[in-house]
Amino acid sequence: MSGLLGNLRIPHRKNTASMPAVKLNPTGDILLPMSQHIGAPATPVVKAGDSVKVGQKIAEANGPVSSPIYASVSGKVLKIEPYLRPNGQTVDAIRIAPDGEMTPAEEIVPPEIVDMESFLLAIRESGIVGLGGAGFPASVKLAAQKNGKIDTVILNGSECEPYITSDTRAMIDGAEWIYKGVLLLKQHLGIEKYIIGVEDNKPECIRKMKEVFASAEGVEVVTLPSKYPQGAEKVIIYNTTKRVVPEGKLPADVGVLVVNVSSVLTLAQYIETGMPLVSRVVTVDGDAIKNPQNVEVPIGTSAQELIAFCGGFVNEEDVGKVLYGGPMMGACLATLAEPVLKTTGAILAFTKKTSKMQEPTACIHCGRCVSACPLDLDPTTFSAALAYGDKEQRVQILQDAHIGLCMECGCCSYVCPAKRPLVQNNRLGKAEVRDYLAHQATLKK
Amino acid sequence: MGNLTVSTSPHIRSAVTTQMVMRDVLIALAPATVAAVVLFGLRALLLIAVSVATCVLGEFLFHLICKKQQTIGDLSAAVTGVILALNLNTQVTVWQMIVGALFAIIVVKCFFGGIGCNFANPAATARVFLAISFAQVGAQVPTVYTDLVAGATPLGNLATGSELPSLVDMLIGNRGGSMGETCVIAILLGFVYLVVRRVIKWQVPTVFVATVFVLSWIFTKDIHMALYYVLSGGLLFGAVFMATDYVTTPIRTSGRMIFALGCGILTVLIRFFGSYPEGVSFAILIMNILSPYIDKLTAKVPFGGKRK
Repeated sequence: MSGLLGNLRIPHRKNTASMPAVKLNPTGDILLPMSQHIGAPATPVVKAGDSVKVGQKIAEANGPVSSPIYASVSGKVLKIEPYLRPNGQTVDAIRIAPDGEMTPAEEIVPPEIVDMESFLLAIRESGIVGLGGAGFPASVKLAAQKNGKIDTVILNGSECEPYITSDTRAMIDGAEWIYKGVLLLKQHLGIEKYIIGVEDNKPECIRKMKEVFASAEGVEVVTLPSKYPQGAEKVIIYNTTKRVVPEGKLPADVGVLVVNVSSVLTLAQYIETGMPLVSRVVTVDGDAIKNPQNVEVPIGTSAQELIAFCGGFVNEEDVGKVLYGGPMMGACLATLAEPVLKTTGAILAFTKKTSKMQEPTACIHCGRCVSACPLDLDPTTFSAALAYGDKEQRVQILQDAHIGLCMECGCCSYVCPAKRPLVQNNRLGKAEVRDYLAHQATLKK
Repeated sequence: MGNLTVSTSPHIRSAVTTQMVMRDVLIALAPATVAAVVLFGLRALLLIAVSVATCVLGEFLFHLICKKQQTIGDLSAAVTGVILALNLNTQVTVWQMIVGALFAIIVVKCFFGGIGCNFANPAATARVFLAISFAQVGAQVPTVYTDLVAGATPLGNLATGSELPSLVDMLIGNRGGSMGETCVIAILLGFVYLVVRRVIKWQVPTVFVATVFVLSWIFTKDIHMALYYVLSGGLLFGAVFMATDYVTTPIRTSGRMIFALGCGILTVLIRFFGSYPEGVSFAILIMNILSPYIDKLTAKVPFGGKRK
């Protein structure tokens, strides 16, 4: 017992950890959906037929919680078309035919920063959102410092999902940028304490981070155990600061901000060069991929082109699943036409055999899910609650069992010997509670 | 390229399956099974085979008649069969064995919904059912090597105050008793295997046994006697193989330890003050019924959750 949250040992499979990202210059269409972040979709400011250059703003942030979108290639806007998001929402997407030149836009100049206000504005303009996968606009998160509540920033370098090494490469190849990013945050937000949390299966990252931050004051590199899910926000906060984020509260409420290392790197690059978020490092791996590697790819490039860049599939006929993100929390693609988004840290493709899921059998009450849950939830209660016929009773049990705390990390499903869809049940339960509360709220009105 | 599979995360699962867990329990039961055959002869083998066959076939036929998906492949019926047989002595007749096994699998398990749904341990319930129904189930059966008078069980001797087998005989199982319960070494081998394979937590059997030891010591004021109370009867076998049954015990380790403590207390109370010399099965059954309440008692407020 280490006294730390997260106790699941899963295979690491960091096959691409030693591979610096290779640049891809796309030839196929670029598709940029207006919603690649949490919050309101951006509003297009270009129209079909317009010529665009790399870094040119093509969509404006719409409202306080939103993020602008920039052309990731130079070329011509073909059309603005509807795009169906995995969650069922339809948003606009801008389709660009690249000219292959990658000409940067003339408007690219480093932002002028004089105070916290202009710094936050610059971050908003950078288009940076949580690059670890959450997609929360960075400016909104950092704005919590406006009332000075934050005393610690945690740089999340744990990268606890199997396969993914894009943050690993960021910490190795972009260590200087991360250093500059921390200095910028210090200077403009006035937060003194920085903790860089890295899992112990990335010794090179730990060494590199310790090296660049050797003389930096207030920066501590913390080695975390390689036990899933170290990178989950509440988990890394507790494991590095022992602070508990209460149910329904934000990290800022306990004086902490968690930012992904790649987000900090991109932020530093933007402040210094003025080039906003137009590309990112994507790990392409999985047993169906011929040449697994890290690729620096313009956002909006199709999964198809990225996979072809990596030698394509081992066997075209034997592809079961293609994922965006890691195997624990990633989402399945229905088509390879899907574009790489700001939040896409990995594309994983698995053979039919690897993708195959066993049929669920009856729960044997073994308690493995309960022991595996990093937050001490009881997934069996949630599943049992869903069987109740009475909706109110169902919602009551789910709420009493704190279903709102479930972060869908996947530990319970992973360990279940009966192969039950526990996370899926939790999602169902959470949606049910959400709908019920929304319904009650409308009734009150 | 064909269609891609779309499913919800997680996309990887641990290799452990229900069948693997049950196979591990069968492997852990192997030393006690071998010891039973060595100590009590081929009749033990016959009875174990009958019990397993009846359990597996009973579950198969029940599911066939009820048009339910077959579950004998998960090996849980086989586990029940072995545990039930090892809980009984060799004087049990074949037809009694069949009745007991059918009771365990059909009445206690299948009637309540099959694997995962029964509230009481099938083997423990069937043993109690047989003990109440047939006199020879509680009888005292000698091992093939023992020359003890009528092969009295140590618990019977403890109750009547007659001479006890030596501690060495207790450890190797050269004494009267149920088939799988006498050889302490075989049971301990199974215990170690289950702990190493992480099928059970060592705390649960340990708390059960320790409770019986301490209370027996208090009641007898004799540490040597307390040791006999721990080594005799179905205590060790029940603590390792029955009080650790997932389905019928609480879900959290804390709850399982309370369960074990309760089992220990009830076992001692029945042994010292009840009319039966042995109380392990009764104790486990009573605690099975209390399991849902222990689960409620030991429910944790999750990380960051507000106490309600």
